[in-house]
Formats: sequence, structure tokens, C-alpha cells
Amino acid sequence: MAWYSETTTAKKKSKKDLWVKCKECHSHIYKSEWEENLNVCPNCNYHGSITSHERINLLFDKNTFEELFNNISPKDSLKFNDLKGSYKDKYELAIKKTGISEAVVTGRGKINGFNAVVAVMDFRFLGGSLGSGTGEKILQAANYAYDNNLPYIVFSASGGARMQEGILSLMQMAKTCAGVARLNKKNIPYISVLINPTTGGVSASYAMVGDLNISEPGALIAFAGRRVIEQTIGEKLPDDFQTSEYLLEHGFIDSIVNRKDMKDYLSNVLSFYNR
Amino acid sequence: MTDKKKTKKPALSAWEIVSISRHPKRPILQNYLSLIVKNFVEFHGDRYYSDDKAMIGGFAEIGGQKVMLIGHNKGKKVNENLERNFGMAKPDGYRKALRLMKLAERFNVPIVTIIDTPGAFPGLEAEERGQAEAIAKNLTEMASIEVPIISVVIGEGGSGGALGIGVGDKILMLSNAIYSVISPEGCASILWRDAKYAPDAANALNLTASDLLRHGVIDEIISEPGEGAHTNYKAIAESAKKSVLKNLEILKKLSIEELIQSRFEKYSGMGKFSVNK
Ligand SMILES: [Zn+2]
Repeated sequence: MAWYSETTTAKKKSKKDLWVKCKECHSHIYKSEWEENLNVCPNCNYHGSITSHERINLLFDKNTFEELFNNISPKDSLKFNDLKGSYKDKYELAIKKTGISEAVVTGRGKINGFNAVVAVMDFRFLGGSLGSGTGEKILQAANYAYDNNLPYIVFSASGGARMQEGILSLMQMAKTCAGVARLNKKNIPYISVLINPTTGGVSASYAMVGDLNISEPGALIAFAGRRVIEQTIGEKLPDDFQTSEYLLEHGFIDSIVNRKDMKDYLSNVLSFYNR
Repeated sequence: MTDKKKTKKPALSAWEIVSISRHPKRPILQNYLSLIVKNFVEFHGDRYYSDDKAMIGGFAEIGGQKVMLIGHNKGKKVNENLERNFGMAKPDGYRKALRLMKLAERFNVPIVTIIDTPGAFPGLEAEERGQAEAIAKNLTEMASIEVPIISVVIGEGGSGGALGIGVGDKILMLSNAIYSVISPEGCASILWRDAKYAPDAANALNLTASDLLRHGVIDEIISEPGEGAHTNYKAIAESAKKSVLKNLEILKKLSIEELIQSRFEKYSGMGKFSVNK
């Protein structure tokens, strides 16, 4: 009996190590194939999540990325406790698990030779929620772009404002947009890339006011949650509601770009920048 | 601010303040319009889709001061609330508000925004027409509007729907008003897995006027009379008027450059985080 159960767990473990199940078409893909395809399903083109540093590696020319403002991390200024414990415990765990100190990584580098400042959100860090530290990094990166006359690109992946920071998280929406406003005044391009998912307070602030709003296929982009809306209107919503394809159709994003083409797409756009 | 000194009454709990902020008799924008506003010249429409009655605005005089007054328009009677969607604006409302702020800038008239909403409308048509984009655009544009902006939270400051007209140089708040990133019920149902924990969530969220003053989010608390604003409309309207006029005088002394720079610094400084090393 012991021998039997031992082998099945070993078997299960190795199967999990070898295969990835696509969340969209449920087909099993070899993990190596999945990763080689940048966490995109070769079957249905579902774009799975990637970490901020994986994104940065895809985006920047080799050895050109310089991380900035990585000394900022969250603070539990409200001493927020819910049923599952304190906010402090949650973000300390997130720091340990992800190896990054906030829900966004900021820096500068070259994209096919073109200089840009970026902020790349990481959904693994408390659902990519927008806290004070997140907002601070996004603002400081915007200010860096402002001071150095460099285009600014933000990749958003977020469930919205970070509730555990209460009103301070809401104010990050105004804070980050104030940074965008200064870029606008100085005619510095700001490109927003909305990754799955970009919802709530992040969609209703810096993510939606790019000079260009770009997305990946099938990304969820929403202000209010689907369930809340269904309760409000008392009916079921269409399947493609709040997808990047739906937003493209309704005029809120400029283009849907496959992950493998993102770098070339962005550098091509940047090649038109002539200031 | 001085409530504690004046009375020995025990402080109200966050949840009690939530209830007062939503009191059915609590004065709404329309009450302030009739009590302290003269010569209200209302303007309609966002020029794109509709005239959202949950958000109203126009030129107005408050104590002889000419302003652009913009605010969430709750109702009291059933038919009013249906027409005004309980003060929950759609993208059309936020776009109308922005149009009027740009108009104020053109006329060089200061802006007063009145905040009182459970939140931006969470509906199919709102999403379809870009609720997120409309609010985001307002946050961005308000950062550089070249006239003074005063925002007054008179009742419920519901999340992005409130902030969408709330990027003021001065943010004033009635003592029993609330301002929060999410409703206590919504927060409780997510983090406590049950909306019945709303009182705990209300406490944790730091959504009262004194919380917001302590965290450096608002600039001034306007004290409500007696058991709350609903017990004396005239008194609260006069206090609100006095506070708005006083703060306008302060802002009018700034040059446009100083105004925009101090607004940028105000919002840049919002929030608390750790800086390592
Ligand atoms: Zn698939």
C-alpha cells in the first residue's frame, strides 16, 4: 500500500512538472513547449501570465535593462487586519515568494536600440494591486522619463486598488495620473500596455490614458466586475464582454499584439518618435 | 476637528458614521443649491452621448464668488433617484464634468466639485462607453487645469466614482461624510467573505473624515451640527459655504504655476511606503 501510494505521488509530481494545462482550451502542453512559446498556448493562442522579469527579458536588448527605484516596498500604515491576518504578513510573504519588493518593477533600457523607461506590473504580488509603493514607483518612473525626455511604457496587470491601504490606495490613481499629465504637457509619449487582467482602479487611472493603449489577445480589461454588473442589470453578459477584443471594437485600445511580436511592435512605434 | 473638545460624547464608530453619511434625510447637492447658491446657470450634456442627470454642473455664485459648480446629484424621492441613478454617474457624467471644468478654465473661474456618490455606475452601457477611460481622463486632466479646484465630500465618497471629480487643490469633508476605496460591504464580502462584516471593514478601511485628515488626504473637516447634517440644513450649508470661500481666498493668491506645482506635489505626496537602505 505504501509502495503504491508513493509511486502515484511521484508519478503525479512528474506529470505536473512536464505538462501545463491551458486555462482556455484545457489542452495539455509540454511545459518546455509552453515556455518556449512564452507561456502562450500553441493550440488556442491563450496568453498565460508571465512574471515582470520575464517580461523585461523579452522586451529589452541584452544587458541594457537598468532597474530603478527598487528600494520601495509596502507599508502597513492602517494596521489593516482581516479574517486572514494582517496586511503586513501578506506583503512580507509576497516579497519572499516573488523576490520583488512591490507589485511593479521599474527601470530603463533599450528596445531594439530605442531607449525607454518602463514600469512592469507583476500579478503575483498581491494580485498586482495598486498600493502606495506601487503608485510611488510608477510616478517616479514617469518623473524619470520626464527629466530625461524618454518615452514611458507601463505594462499593467492588476486587480485594482489595494484595499488594505484604504483611501491611500485610491489616491494612487490621482498620483499616477498626475505623473502622466506632466508627460502630456511636455509631449513625452506614454504607451500603456494592458495585460490580463487590468481592472478596477488601475483601468480607471494610468492604464487607460496612454497616448496609445495596447493589449494582448484575450486580456480582461474592466472597470466593474462582471458579477456586480450582472447583479445590477439582472441579466447575463456576452462572453467576450470586457476582453481586449471587445475594447478594440469599442474604440478604447489601439491594437492587440501577440506577446512574441510586442518588442518589435513597440520599437517600431518608438522609431517614429522625433523629439 | 474640534468636536472632541466641545463635547464629552463618545466618538462615533466608523460604521455609525457610514450610516449617518447615508441617512435618508441627509442634505444632498440640491439642498445646498437652494440654500447657499445663487444664479445657478446649469449646462447640459457631454457632447458625445447624453446628459447624465447623476452629475450636474454650471456657473454659480456662492457668497458673491463666481464659480463653476459640479457635483453628484443624488435624489430623495423614488422618481428623483431613478432619474438621477442614485448619484451614480456614467461615463457621460464624467465627460460632462470635464467639459465644464475646461469651460471654467477658459472663463478663468474657480471650480467647486461636490462629491456624494455610492460609486460610478457599474452597468453594461457604462463599461461599453468607457467608464474606466472617462474617470482616468478626468484624473489626468484635473492635474493640470489652470484654475483653483475645491472638492467637498458632503456624503458618500464612493471610490473612483468620487475621485473622478475629486482631484482638488483643497479637499474638504463634512465630519460625518465618508470617503473610501471600496464600500465597507464590498470590502467585507471580499476580505471577510461575508458582507455582514461591513462594520469591521468600515473600521479597517479608515474612511472617516478624521481618518482622512490624519492620513494627509483631506485638508479640512467641516463640523456638522448636532446629531448630523440632516438635523440642521441651514447650519451645515452655511459652514460649508464659509469653508469653501475661505479656501478659495487662499488658492486665489497663488499664481497659475504655483497652483499647478502645489497640486502636483500634493498628489505626489499621497500614500505611505517603506524606503529600504
Ligand atoms: Zn489553449
